Amino acid sequence: MNRRSFLNKIWIWIGVVAGIEFLGLSLSFLVSGKKRGERHNSDRLKVIGRLEDIKPGEVYPYSNGRLYLVRHSDGGMLALSLKCTHLGCSIHWNEDEDKFICPCHSSEFNRFGDVLKPPAPHALDTYKVIVKEGKVMVDLDKKIRRRKFEKSDLTYA
Amino acid sequence: MKQNPQKVNSSLTGSKVYAGVVFRNLVLHLHPVRIPKKSIAFNHTFGLGGMLALLFVLQAFTGILLRFVYQPSPEKAYDSILSIQQDVFMGQFVRNIHHTAGMLMVVLVFFHLLRVVFTEAYKPPRRGNWIIGVVLLLLVIFSNFSGYLLPWDQLSFWAVTVATSMLDYLPFIGEKLMLVIRGGEDVGAITLLNFYNFHTGIFPLSIVILMAFHFWKVRKAGGVVIPGGAGDKDIEKVQVYPNLVAREFVVALVLLALIFLVSSLRNVPLLERANPALSPNPAKAPWYFMGIQELLMHLHPFFAAILIPFLFIISLFSLTFLRFREDRAGIWFSSDKGKRLSKKIALVTLLLVPVLVLASELIPDMVEASSGVRAFIINGLIPFFMFLFLMALFVLWLSRKGNYNMNEIVQGIFVFIISSYLVLMFIGIWFRGEGMELCWPWMR
Ligand code: HEM
Ligand code: FES
Repeated sequence: MNRRSFLNKIWIWIGVVAGIEFLGLSLSFLVSGKKRGERHNSDRLKVIGRLEDIKPGEVYPYSNGRLYLVRHSDGGMLALSLKCTHLGCSIHWNEDEDKFICPCHSSEFNRFGDVLKPPAPHALDTYKVIVKEGKVMVDLDKKIRRRKFEKSDLTYA
Repeated sequence: MKQNPQKVNSSLTGSKVYAGVVFRNLVLHLHPVRIPKKSIAFNHTFGLGGMLALLFVLQAFTGILLRFVYQPSPEKAYDSILSIQQDVFMGQFVRNIHHTAGMLMVVLVFFHLLRVVFTEAYKPPRRGNWIIGVVLLLLVIFSNFSGYLLPWDQLSFWAVTVATSMLDYLPFIGEKLMLVIRGGEDVGAITLLNFYNFHTGIFPLSIVILMAFHFWKVRKAGGVVIPGGAGDKDIEKVQVYPNLVAREFVVALVLLALIFLVSSLRNVPLLERANPALSPNPAKAPWYFMGIQELLMHLHPFFAAILIPFLFIISLFSLTFLRFREDRAGIWFSSDKGKRLSKKIALVTLLLVPVLVLASELIPDMVEASSGVRAFIINGLIPFFMFLFLMALFVLWLSRKGNYNMNEIVQGIFVFIISSYLVLMFIGIWFRGEGMELCWPWMR
């Protein structure tokens, strides 16, 4: 290797290093911006309604927060995410058939969020339900992924 | 016989018919002065690359116009589209052109790829250009996809929600990647901004750069592929001007006329404003991804949305690294035998794929709901390996019993994969109605 080709190699490597640095900087620029954007959505605790208005055996849509609040006949409450676990379409409640149906690829879920019909791979996500001073609130910050419904998912007043 | 390009050039300059600076600088930069007669026959390349280049310019032009009105935010995007359609002079027409030509580019880029495969132009010395071409294919598809979100109507919002959710099934990095692309949990303001940036900045810029490379490499390989190659001394040659230039001009005019005609007769769709709480029924991905969405109805998402598309793109890239004993470059469909085989395979898939789709619809799901690992095995691993096994048997049979050579077999497999995808795509587009249930197109 003569001196010229050696120097050329060095230039190429400096270029590569500079390129990687530039790419890294750009990426961290992009990623950091996203996080800050999210922080602005403060107030993740959403009030759904008063406890006495939420009747056992009913399913309440709460589309602003993108969730359904289900109160089971024994009084246990469950906040189900509206997002189908298959590919993220919004499920809707079918009163007559007593199940949630996803319009996109026709997955079905029961009122506990368990899958009745694939392609959805697992039960609907839930949010934490908090009952305080007679008010029912949902913590939108804490999305809970789960495989299957467990009794402990329910919140009692 | 060797021509002196300098001389031809100056004789052109001398003729007052076509002495334009534009001509010498643009056209003769793209084309050599003389080219093999074979390569200008329309049915050799169908002029697809040239049409794509023209459409790209058209997209850049109409896109810049649209950019003067469009506002990339969830609050304003939909209204700005309405305003383009209602308030802006010829706004609807410009939007129609941009939409139609964008769709057409996806179709033509696919045809262009078919033409390159069927004339075996992907092999060295065109290896670099094949790889650039595959990247261009991806760029054209993702340009269309990123533009899809911009109107922010029910169609675009849900198509992009469904399509970006597929990433979630990519192990380890999928979820992070989805979060970065969407800029959050859901498709929202930052997603729109991201898509706008890619659609009007990063993708077109990348396409321009790669296109320049692409054209230069066509010249460097001695022009488009023809039997015997460009090095052949006795090959019959013709002047680029007027022979090729006139043809290109006619093709360009006809193509533009068609697009303008369609755009003035029919307005492209704009549904209601995006509503994140309400998925339309059915919710479909953009049409070119409908084959994947159809696969999703039958296979585990990791296989349908991640593994199979990934393997397909990898095989496209690696096609150029295959070594063939025989050289059939420049001959359409390799041979008559290869042509017949490909036709048969296309016909069989046309019947086989709908039968499989029906069968998978009628057989009750063997997998008990929400059993992750079992679904992965029964709806994923087993059909996947069964497919690979049958494929291997088929290839073995072709080469041992059918006496097909490698060129014909590779082409046959390619036809099989492409036509399967097309059949799945058309089933998804036309034969899926409410709740994504199978139905006849006229009953949707
Ligand atoms: C923006 C998209 C594209 C444009 C504007 C474009 C343009 C062109 C043009 C003008 C040619 C000259 C011959 C012809 O017209 O057929 C060409 C040739 C070629 N293209 Fe493309 N192309 C694009 C995408 C692709 C794709 C997706 C592939 C394949 C993956 C590809 C692979 C090739 C190859 C290998 C050649 C050389 C063919 C030969 O020498 O016969 N290109 N392209
Ligand atoms: S998104 Fe719900 S079934 Fe596919």
